[in-house]
Amino acid sequence: MATMTIAKAINEGLRATLSSNPKALLMGEDIGMLGGVYRVTDGLQADFGKDRVVDTPLAESGIIGTAIGLAFRGYRPICEIQFDGFVFPGFNQITTQLAKIHARSSGMVTAPVVIRIPYGGGIGSIEHHSESPEALFAHTAGLRIITPSNPHDAYWMIQQAVESNDPVIVFEPKRRYWLKGEVDTQEPGRDPFSAQVLREGTDATIVAYGPLVPVALAAAEAAAEEGRSVEVIDLRSISPIDFDTVTGSVHKTGRLIVAHEAPTFGGIGGEIAARVSERAFLSLEAPVIRVGGFHMPYPVAKVEEHYLPDIDRILEALDRSLAY
Amino acid sequence: MGPEHLPTTEFEIEDLEQPLDAAVRPAAEPDMVQLLDADGVRREDPQFSPFVAGLDPAALRDLYRQMFLIRRFDTEATALQRQGQLALWPPLQGQEAAQIGSGHALLPQDYVFPTYREHGVALTRGLELSNLLRLFRGTSSGGWDPRERNFHLYTLVLAAQTLHAVGYAMGVQRDLADAVTVAYFGDGASSEGDVHESMVFAASNNAPVVFFCQNNHWAISVPTEVQSRIPLANRAGGYGFPGIRVDGNDVLAVRAVTEWALQHARSGKGPVLIEAFTYRMSAHTTADDPTKYRLAAEEDAWKHKDPLRRMEKYLRAQALASDAFFEDLKDEADAFAKQVRAEVLAMEGPEFEASFQSVYADPHPLVAEELAWFKQYEAGFADVEGGAGATAGEGC
Repeated sequence: MATMTIAKAINEGLRATLSSNPKALLMGEDIGMLGGVYRVTDGLQADFGKDRVVDTPLAESGIIGTAIGLAFRGYRPICEIQFDGFVFPGFNQITTQLAKIHARSSGMVTAPVVIRIPYGGGIGSIEHHSESPEALFAHTAGLRIITPSNPHDAYWMIQQAVESNDPVIVFEPKRRYWLKGEVDTQEPGRDPFSAQVLREGTDATIVAYGPLVPVALAAAEAAAEEGRSVEVIDLRSISPIDFDTVTGSVHKTGRLIVAHEAPTFGGIGGEIAARVSERAFLSLEAPVIRVGGFHMPYPVAKVEEHYLPDIDRILEALDRSLAY
Repeated sequence: MGPEHLPTTEFEIEDLEQPLDAAVRPAAEPDMVQLLDADGVRREDPQFSPFVAGLDPAALRDLYRQMFLIRRFDTEATALQRQGQLALWPPLQGQEAAQIGSGHALLPQDYVFPTYREHGVALTRGLELSNLLRLFRGTSSGGWDPRERNFHLYTLVLAAQTLHAVGYAMGVQRDLADAVTVAYFGDGASSEGDVHESMVFAASNNAPVVFFCQNNHWAISVPTEVQSRIPLANRAGGYGFPGIRVDGNDVLAVRAVTEWALQHARSGKGPVLIEAFTYRMSAHTTADDPTKYRLAAEEDAWKHKDPLRRMEKYLRAQALASDAFFEDLKDEADAFAKQVRAEVLAMEGPEFEASFQSVYADPHPLVAEELAWFKQYEAGFADVEGGAGATAGEGC
């Protein structure tokens, strides 16, 4: 067991992958000497060389597109996109090429490319630096999408992403990069594409992922002080979604709140609500309630606190659910 | 709101037309490598003639043979589309020399990233050509294992494959292998950002990649001068690697220039851009109508530069091929077309359930669940169909 931040855990996970898999290599902007704008790759170029920790030209489509070519040649590229809002120049390569080549080739060609994207708000930054675009990718078949919420998962999930034979996008909760926690570097992590019940409860279930997991846990703690027993699930995987764990919880609690930073309209919360209504309709005591961002471009930093779901927004949703 | 809100200009309309017109006028044309002119007369080029000096009569005949075969294949595919057997077909007519000449220069370990019109290159790679038609018949989105002949699947999103070619070449560098990748694209795709990024990445990595641009003069209905105000080959200079224009209808020149470029890349000197100056004699695809946007006079002028015509003239004038060769070749091509037709007509669509199985490489719960649901749904019709079938059977 070691205590470290999420950023350090990813760094250590990448280090373990580079050490054990000679075909793995990192690509991205400023990831070498600088160690990335968040220093997640700090020290890796010094230890593994410029051919395995590649400072690329400043072009996201170029990063993803050349990573695909490297994967065709048998490599396992791990790309860093500097910020969530900058992934879109690479969107074409991700959705029309990376996601589809396995199907296009009837399974003859794999493209095991990993794309790391720091995402989410709450860091007081400027436009394009605080977005949560995961639903745009979840809608594309062929991609897998995971998001760790704690250092232990961060350490293991990046390594498991590289082992996947499918392309995996790892959304990293950037405002939690400095969140510290225990990492067991000996015990392999659970299936990266499964959800995890972090807190058991009987009155209602909160599903959250990435940066909102600590918020959901805090909301459950506050609710407990009022005598409410709330179950909290860390979704962990956005595509595929572990619906068995979610519906299993709903069968028990009868009430579900889904929280994410991304806008609720067309978001992951809507997908979960729809599936749960299909699978656990008779167990539901109340409609599934979504807590998320509004239908607007991510607002300026001075007002982002009103946009981001917080403990009170989750508790308000909980009250509404329990009032049914 | 009327036009008065628009900014005014100090120019009169007549004055304005001049600079706008000048903006789209091409700059000076670069030198173009040519070893066989439109009338089939050999031209000497001190740098490039040596690259084809070693081609014996059999090799020269084979270049012509492959161009002839692929044109016949192309005609057959077009006919198959007209007869409703293919959804669409992108003809290569006019570009046979650019494709056969460049493909002929490749080594087995080299890796080709085509667009969707490189039927001739596929022939030089030894691909079973009927497989090219699976995409257009709607039985596959690919159609072959790209690793068998180092010929990647056709890519329909313009220029996306140019980045894959550079990435593959970056892998070749790391493997310390001596392969070169070739990225095919066209004059239209040259405007795509991915071409720019691929050339930036190729230069940055000094990657062993040859960019082979077939400038066939038309991106569907839009002429090349809308894409670029300088010759496309000249763009390489902006990235810091050589660019060269070759007569794309001259199979010998294309063969020579491509071999030179491959040697350049293979020896560690980095990327090269080749602009093969050619012409799309036919439509963009079978859904296109070139009479709406280009003049018959232009098409006639290019017919005079036909790549097969000039090579045939050369072979005959130099007594490198007999009448019997040309007659036999026509028979061979007809038999080949007949065989392709038979293979295409026999192509059936896959089971729909196979579509579920190829979405992901590793097991995926959502796909598995949807497949299971679909099977159950289909099974629900079994009794109905069985009943209907039995009734029909009794009726017969």
